[in-house]
Amino acid sequence: MSKDKIKERLDNCKYYQKFDAYKTKVLALANDSLEKTIAIAFALCFVCAILVSFAAVALRPLQIENKMMDMKKNILDVAGLLEDDTDIHQAFASQVEERLINIETGEYVDGMDVALYDQRKAAKDPAQNIILKREQDIASIKKKAKIAKVYLIKNAGVIESIILPMHGYGLWSTMYGFLALEADGQTVKSINFYDQAETPGLGGEVVNPNWRALWNGKKVYNETGEPVLKLIKGVVDTNKAGSEFQVDGLAGATLTSNGVSNLVKYWMSAEGFAPYLDKIRKEG
Amino acid sequence: MSAILNSETKKVLTDPLVNDNPITLQVLGICSALAVTSQVSTSLIMALALTSVTACSSAAISSIRNHIPGSIRIIVQMTIIASLVIVVDQVLKAFVYDISKQLSVFVGLIITNCIVMGRAEAYAMKNPPFESFMDGMGNGLGYSLILIIVAFFRELFGSGKLLGIEIFPLIKDGGWYDPNGLMLLPPSAFFIIGIIIWSFRRWKPEQNETADFKIMAISHGEGGHH
Repeated sequence: MSKDKIKERLDNCKYYQKFDAYKTKVLALANDSLEKTIAIAFALCFVCAILVSFAAVALRPLQIENKMMDMKKNILDVAGLLEDDTDIHQAFASQVEERLINIETGEYVDGMDVALYDQRKAAKDPAQNIILKREQDIASIKKKAKIAKVYLIKNAGVIESIILPMHGYGLWSTMYGFLALEADGQTVKSINFYDQAETPGLGGEVVNPNWRALWNGKKVYNETGEPVLKLIKGVVDTNKAGSEFQVDGLAGATLTSNGVSNLVKYWMSAEGFAPYLDKIRKEG
Repeated sequence: MSAILNSETKKVLTDPLVNDNPITLQVLGICSALAVTSQVSTSLIMALALTSVTACSSAAISSIRNHIPGSIRIIVQMTIIASLVIVVDQVLKAFVYDISKQLSVFVGLIITNCIVMGRAEAYAMKNPPFESFMDGMGNGLGYSLILIIVAFFRELFGSGKLLGIEIFPLIKDGGWYDPNGLMLLPPSAFFIIGIIIWSFRRWKPEQNETADFKIMAISHGEGGHH
């Protein structure tokens, strides 16, 4: 349709004529009249809302793609498989095995499409989640998905590392991350957080590579099988007994540090991945 | 470009770079200048985001300036600015995801950046759209200039790199440079901005004199230095 035709149609449209007449009338009013104030406010909100929603909707597919890519990158990173020139899609597809597990029994769940399963969405769906009792909920997450997604790195069929998703509340935000364990389900390889909004420079230091490197080689469970790994205030004295269960706290971020301790404790407990890790230790 | 710009418009565009720089002369927009300048790449994106928001919001506000009711003036400005900032944030998330993650809240905080509001109130409400666009652009570029200077020094001395490319090989990688950790922390931007302000005012003493005299005259009744 040409421009002239659109204009002609509009000119003939009854509602447009009315709108046009109203527009002329309002614009002619004194700026501070009540009617003009309300009309301008309404029109402005309308235009801005369209602009914002258009941007959000049009760009969503790209953003989702970016998020997926970022998650894959983080999984490769926590597994120690990420180099500067890694082709992320290819490396992820060839080296990482995604599995679904039943969080309560630790058994693998088959017959669902692993790639499409979204654990964060499932945690919000009443049909797929478990509401936590307050005394259980040390990570302040309120509910969890019945089915969790774990990632395995295998070498010639033997598990090399187990990557477990974790989340919990810090100071301002729910922190989402991964913990990579060795095949013994006990020794930490690495940790990272891919989605958090803690104070930049303080709690936000959970993403600092130097701090994350401190986790390497730490142990999760004590002799009685309880998850005791946690952050302490200050710097860990490596000569003391039990230092393998401790990581330096984040300076100036006590609440974020507590949040990290709590979420690790929660997800490593019987509420989280302990049944699954038991199974792996027995069956490999 | 210069053919379509008359001298007045050109002045509006280039004045904020040095003579009327929003950071060094007006000392506005310092907070994000401290926060995002530890790397040149984040500063460039932030500068681009702020410049486009300032330019577009000034043009939009100016084009409806004759119909903005005085009683909701600031709200109208804020709504336009906030919408543009959300659009910019969405675009960054779609096209430069990693950098948008590093910039985190600071893109959203452009809404409260004093430069954007300042230009809307001081210039766009009184001038035609094209000039307002240029004024917003000029002020955005003035902000960008300082941001990039600060980021240049912080990244170079803080991590031995520029735009992620190694310039000084670090000791931990077998080189000779021991990075200055302070440069990675926000306070270092204070020192650098301070030095920039000092050098600008040494270079153009008229920036110094007028501002100083006015402040002293009001509070003490006579001029002086401190």
